[in-house]
Amino acid sequence: MDQLPNLLLAGISTASVYALVALGFNVIFKSTGAINFAQGEWVMMGGMVAATAFAANAPLGLAVVCSVVVVVVFAMSSERFIVRGLRVQSPLTVTLVMIAVAICFKSLVMMVLGKNPTALPSFSGDSPIVIGVLRIHPQTLWIILTCAVVMISAHWFFERTVLGRAMRAVAAQPEAAALCGIEPRMAMALSFGLAAAFGAIAGIVITPLTLTSFDHGTVLGFKGFSAAMLGGLGSLQGALVGGLLLGLLEALSGGYLSSHFKDAVAFVALLATLFFRPSGLLGRHSVERV
Amino acid sequence: MNPIASIYSPLRQRNQRAKHIAIVWLLFAIWPFAVGNNYVLSLGIFFFINLLLLGGLNLAMGYGGQISLCQAGFFGMGAYVSGALSTHWGVTPALGAVAAMAGAALSAFVIGLPALRLRGHYLSMATLGFNAILSVLFNELVTVTGGPNGLSGIPPMSFFSFSFDTPERFFWLAWMAGLVMMLLLASLLASRAGRALRAVAGSEVAADSMGINPFSSKLAAFVASAVSAGLAGSLYCHFNQYASPETFSFSASVLLVVMVAIGGWGHFWGPVCGAAMFTAMPELLRRVQDAELFVFGVCMVLVMLFLPGGIASIAERFIKMRALAKAKRSEKVSRHGIV
Repeated sequence: MDQLPNLLLAGISTASVYALVALGFNVIFKSTGAINFAQGEWVMMGGMVAATAFAANAPLGLAVVCSVVVVVVFAMSSERFIVRGLRVQSPLTVTLVMIAVAICFKSLVMMVLGKNPTALPSFSGDSPIVIGVLRIHPQTLWIILTCAVVMISAHWFFERTVLGRAMRAVAAQPEAAALCGIEPRMAMALSFGLAAAFGAIAGIVITPLTLTSFDHGTVLGFKGFSAAMLGGLGSLQGALVGGLLLGLLEALSGGYLSSHFKDAVAFVALLATLFFRPSGLLGRHSVERV
Repeated sequence: MNPIASIYSPLRQRNQRAKHIAIVWLLFAIWPFAVGNNYVLSLGIFFFINLLLLGGLNLAMGYGGQISLCQAGFFGMGAYVSGALSTHWGVTPALGAVAAMAGAALSAFVIGLPALRLRGHYLSMATLGFNAILSVLFNELVTVTGGPNGLSGIPPMSFFSFSFDTPERFFWLAWMAGLVMMLLLASLLASRAGRALRAVAGSEVAADSMGINPFSSKLAAFVASAVSAGLAGSLYCHFNQYASPETFSFSASVLLVVMVAIGGWGHFWGPVCGAAMFTAMPELLRRVQDAELFVFGVCMVLVMLFLPGGIASIAERFIKMRALAKAKRSEKVSRHGIV
């Protein structure tokens, strides 16, 4: 039974990352109705840029800030010059164009920053903290803490600030929001910036544990997408619940069943959830009007 | 008769499409004589394999409105069923191809039964998840699939004692498969089932109230798209004589969906354009090496920005414009006649 607490801890740390990626998905889903396939690439970019800046002798704090800024700038310019340039901005066209953008980002990172996996040092040392049977890597704590802070501040932003409420208003009713003096385009641009920032932060905190290279983004994005679906697309709490479930399921099935089939177990669970609750765990049923 | 209406008459459209298909496939038949080496010839074969994949996907997505992110999974299903049967158990490849289509159809049916009740992104997620599950199986069922190292030593396609073991011979098989699929597609779209499918894509509620069962219509389209992918898989593995799991990953499925959009979403000729681009691009970009993927991505973005209807929309727009102009001219003539 010694294994269980450690597995749960590992599960929660993976879950935190999934929840952060899912949060990014949900923010963009809210404002465009599209699935942003570039989300995973932004996670990867966050890790890669921070690692490169650190390798160039920048202090860790500066590397982190630098990386978030770079990713946000790239994401917002892809919104400004590509998504806004689409003649028809339907959820479908935005989704498709973001797949193409994701390919561009991935190959751009490969060309500019190279193909080798890069690393960051742990934020506070590598010696594990031992509590009873638990062996906690300090970076795990950083991951969980970061996720909690980001989640809480995102909740605060969308519930309490004028800007966050304006964004929710645009997501709910673009025309009505525009009549109240909110610029819908601003909300869309901002949602891309926020999603990219969440992605970059997720990428930075996991890099010390897992290394990162240009091809890591796709899988992470896919897992985050699954977590968002599991919790219910467009719901902030859904991202957390979905991420948590997916991360724990993976860790437990990896530990007790077979590490080879852990992905399959997670997806079977996901499919089963979708079939019994077609809008995710916390999602609301949408009624189609004729 | 109203000349505009006659352009859109399904039967006339089918006959016209059949005529166009005949012309285009005769042109394709020049390929083996025009190219010098086996490598370029094999590109022609891959073109037809991609066409089968995209054509099936276009039926489910472009005409049925159901975004399936599992086409590469069904492709792999076909490849591994056909490949494993002939490699491990000595089943003749022609029979393996039939089994491949049946296997893909069966798995599409099993996943489609619950998944097609979902809508929009949830449907794409369910199909994407199924592809991920299939990928895990391709990787882990090592005794059957060869695992991550791939399945090698697959015998070439043969029909009774005739073996399609050279690219020249195989080309005609792939050419034929593409031709049959396009003709079937043309007649399907003109039939009641095809028109019902388009009605469902337009509005499920409206279709339902006109006596169409939307669910079975969608399921049929989904299964048909998988059958096409299964055949593509069988052709692929017997031509390549090797199959490895990453060819059939969910990323490949996502890419196939994008290629349908680039070719022309819901355009009859869209898959032909998409397959041509999908096959030719990597070859054309080989010179730029590392930038290959980047240029590919930028091209996709450009097509979506400036040609929202896909490549096929250029020709289709042109044809429609000409037909309308002709109709207007004949109207003028008849009016003059009355005066």
